[in-house]
Amino acid sequence: MITQTLFSSRPLIAVLVSLLVIPVLLSSRSKNIRESWTFAAAALKFLIVVSMLPMILGGNEIRFTLFDVLPGLPIAFKVDSFGMLFALVSSFLWIITSAYSIGYMRTLNEHSQTRYYCYFALSLSATVGVAFSANLLTMYLFYEMLSLATYPLVTHHQDAEAKSSGRTYLFYILGASIALVLPAMLFIFAKTGTLEFASQGFMTGDFSKQTLLILVLMLVFGFAKSGIMPFHSWLPAAMVAPTPVSALLHAVAVVKVGAFCVARVITGVFGSDLLLSFNLNTVICTIASITIITASLIALSQDGLKRRLAFSTIGQLSYIVLGVALLSPHGLTGGILHIVMHAFGKITLFFCAGAIYVATGAKNVSELVGIGRRMPFTMVAFLIGALSVIGLPPCGGFISKWYLVLGTIEAGQPVFLAVLLISSLLNAAYFLPIVYKAFFCTDEESIFKKKVDEAPMWCLVPLCITASISVILFFLPQPFLRLAEMTVQAIIGG
Amino acid sequence: MVQHLPALLVVVPLLTALSVSALSWLAPRLCLPLTFGCIGFSLASSIGILMEVIASGPVVYTMGGWSSPIGIVYVIDYLSAPILVVVTAVALINLVASSKQIDRDFSDKKGTFYTLYILFVTGMVGIVATGDAFNLYVLLEIAALTGYSLIGLGQPRAPLSSLNYLFIGTIGASFYLLGVGYLYIATGSLNMADLARFIAMPEHSSSTMVMFAFIICMTGLFTKMGLFPLHGWLPNAYSHASPASSALLAPLTTKVMIYAMIRVCLYVFTPAYVFGTLQISNAIVWIAVAAIVVGSLMALTQKSLFKMLTYIVIAEVGYMVGGFFLGNRMGITGSTLHIINDAAMTLCLFLAAGAITYRTKSDSFSDLKGIFKRMPFTMTAFTVGALAVIGIPPTCGFFSKWYLIIGGINAGHYGFATALIFSSLVNAVLFFRIFEIAYFQSPGDSKDHHHHHHHGHHRHKDKMVEAPLSMLVPLMITALSLIVLGIYTGDIVTHVIQAAIPGVIS
Repeated sequence: MITQTLFSSRPLIAVLVSLLVIPVLLSSRSKNIRESWTFAAAALKFLIVVSMLPMILGGNEIRFTLFDVLPGLPIAFKVDSFGMLFALVSSFLWIITSAYSIGYMRTLNEHSQTRYYCYFALSLSATVGVAFSANLLTMYLFYEMLSLATYPLVTHHQDAEAKSSGRTYLFYILGASIALVLPAMLFIFAKTGTLEFASQGFMTGDFSKQTLLILVLMLVFGFAKSGIMPFHSWLPAAMVAPTPVSALLHAVAVVKVGAFCVARVITGVFGSDLLLSFNLNTVICTIASITIITASLIALSQDGLKRRLAFSTIGQLSYIVLGVALLSPHGLTGGILHIVMHAFGKITLFFCAGAIYVATGAKNVSELVGIGRRMPFTMVAFLIGALSVIGLPPCGGFISKWYLVLGTIEAGQPVFLAVLLISSLLNAAYFLPIVYKAFFCTDEESIFKKKVDEAPMWCLVPLCITASISVILFFLPQPFLRLAEMTVQAIIGG
Repeated sequence: MVQHLPALLVVVPLLTALSVSALSWLAPRLCLPLTFGCIGFSLASSIGILMEVIASGPVVYTMGGWSSPIGIVYVIDYLSAPILVVVTAVALINLVASSKQIDRDFSDKKGTFYTLYILFVTGMVGIVATGDAFNLYVLLEIAALTGYSLIGLGQPRAPLSSLNYLFIGTIGASFYLLGVGYLYIATGSLNMADLARFIAMPEHSSSTMVMFAFIICMTGLFTKMGLFPLHGWLPNAYSHASPASSALLAPLTTKVMIYAMIRVCLYVFTPAYVFGTLQISNAIVWIAVAAIVVGSLMALTQKSLFKMLTYIVIAEVGYMVGGFFLGNRMGITGSTLHIINDAAMTLCLFLAAGAITYRTKSDSFSDLKGIFKRMPFTMTAFTVGALAVIGIPPTCGFFSKWYLIIGGINAGHYGFATALIFSSLVNAVLFFRIFEIAYFQSPGDSKDHHHHHHHGHHRHKDKMVEAPLSMLVPLMITALSLIVLGIYTGDIVTHVIQAAIPGVIS
């Protein structure tokens, strides 16, 4: 397959759309106008991303160089199949989340909504910026922009709890990126003279194993948004944010930016040959596996619904890292696909958690006995989201997990196969009882009456859409599967 | 006219200073416009000279037609031209921003203040432009004496801090003078280019007197720039001064002294001597590391805005001294670039702090509660400044740190690289601590008062009370410049700074 490079400013426009809408949001006279603009920006962003899809599927690459910010080191964008996959998911889900935000924020009568929508738009700019980064410097720039843009969203309530969570959030995310990613990036630049992602990595074999190991660890842990333990505590803390933030940012955009960065670094900086030759990928797999099992075990013990979801996310993010670090074709495909599959499944679960809170005020798992009687649609969607995250058919999560399982066998790593299977059981153990108790309980046990009383339509419709897509993805995993396969082909070089 | 610009840069302000002084009796209202015109002229000429230098190389001007080495020459090259623009731009922006403050604080001494202001800028511009080692001392003293007076005009405690600064500053300047004296004894010249030729000769590069001259010159300059452990004068001097003075002195004094250090090392003592023969650079980098660490930690212990900023200045001095004495191209590039960037960052933060104190009458952290609501624009600019100091791209602070750390890695000096990362982390803590107070707490929050009792008061304090436009506009321009400087780092480095560093440094 011949890759052609096209030059177009579309990636830049895709990044800027949501940035440029901020002044409009700030000056909007009514909230209806403000939300219309958010929708317009979200739709436009998605359309621009989609408009590049045919070119990418045709085997091309789109580049745009903004300017040389340092001699020979530009702020530059590159749209390849991997970036496209991530940008498609996050820009699409922004549209859905904008609708959900209206239902959630207005029903709860939240304060400072304009600020909320502005920082949301800024976060999405940063997310797509990371997806389309052509080099590590550009990626770092947008990564930090995302860290800062999400801080006011996490601390939206401006109370003591928000303050301490915000502190944890910054400590891990900003702290790790400055203390670990920045020096590692500078060291790599000083030694190699480039930071431009190459499909098979740009680091050559001039480094000793120790140096490489330290660099790998610095970059894997430094992108703390991927939630790899022990740098995960920010994610449960971030759950104080309004639920739409948890849904889009802390199940999709922010956390997957972390996993995306780790995946990019593994493949685009180090390259599979180098890591395999020193067997360093096994180190990453081991770290990810520990996180998968530990996070799943902790999730079991969480009564707060959003906290349980957060620990589930921590585990699931490490699936992505594990899959990519296996560096076998199926493992890579599975890891990359999991970005998509988990996104739709987990955002559904968060939407459900928010809808339940809006409708009933319940935040804890123990308060949900019999909720299926009152909110049947929400809880069916919850079941679908849960099945997808566990990895059972007929949901998209099954496909990515299937590839991951094949990947472990292909890589000859039965230990990681066991990790995946045990984790699936644990996932089932922390999700299914919620659904079971929601529907199957005696009238005495049930906290809720039989009368159907769902959350407002603005909340309900988005979660039904994402749940339906989770199912559709099982039957029609395109174009994501194709994009993942193209990415893997470029990485493996076969 | 144009070919005389280097001389006019110093002569025009000198004469204007006298006129402003006279005007303060006749027509005090004209003091500000005249000062503005004068510094505006300096800025315009500096930009003109910078363009000239980029287009056709360094400009050498011989005073009164006396050729070097006998006469005094002014040399404006790739190193001094950008710094000239920085000095005059900072002075002009701060002049506009602080005019209200000056009206309020010095209503009866406006003429004096503006005279001193212009003289200070004259001194700074002269230090940057001169190509004569002794002339540099003269201008250093002009800048220093006016600086002491500007500081002394501040709070009730300012005169004492100023006196303390005067003692230490005078010792520093005398050290420098002594060093120049030894050089004169050894070589018989005061012209920088001439001195460099002498020092390149083996009999001078091995002479103990030249070595002693170097050490004593550097000690003098280190004292004047406040390099740890010679920084004792700095925190009180800058935090007790009126914000109108400190926003001029803090961005300029230390940075211009760094410039003098770079000038003297590269163009008087020559790189081969400083980084090669002397074998002293490694020790100085470690002192710089100590400055960075101590400055950062001391900043953590402060409870008021200006004090905290002064310790950040001390840490930043460590950045630049350390980066320079790494002795490689990356480090020196970072150090030079940071002169420009740090001047802009410091100005931004001091102006923001000045605007806050103008409204709240206090810069203590406990009085910053809810300030985001009350002064949103000021705090936006403050945030940009803070991000630059922490080193978040695309602000300029990130890029100078980039060069400095790579310089450290290339030199194998991981201690320096680590100190910079450490300082970034501490800066993040410093500023987010302020953001927490300013964002989460409202002015009514206080343990010893009942909330509802102060309800009316509280509501009043939550209303927006932004600084006057004459403060806000310069502040916003400065904040914006932090991003613009960051984005244009590539151009600044390729077209100016690379040409400023002698080719022998790799």
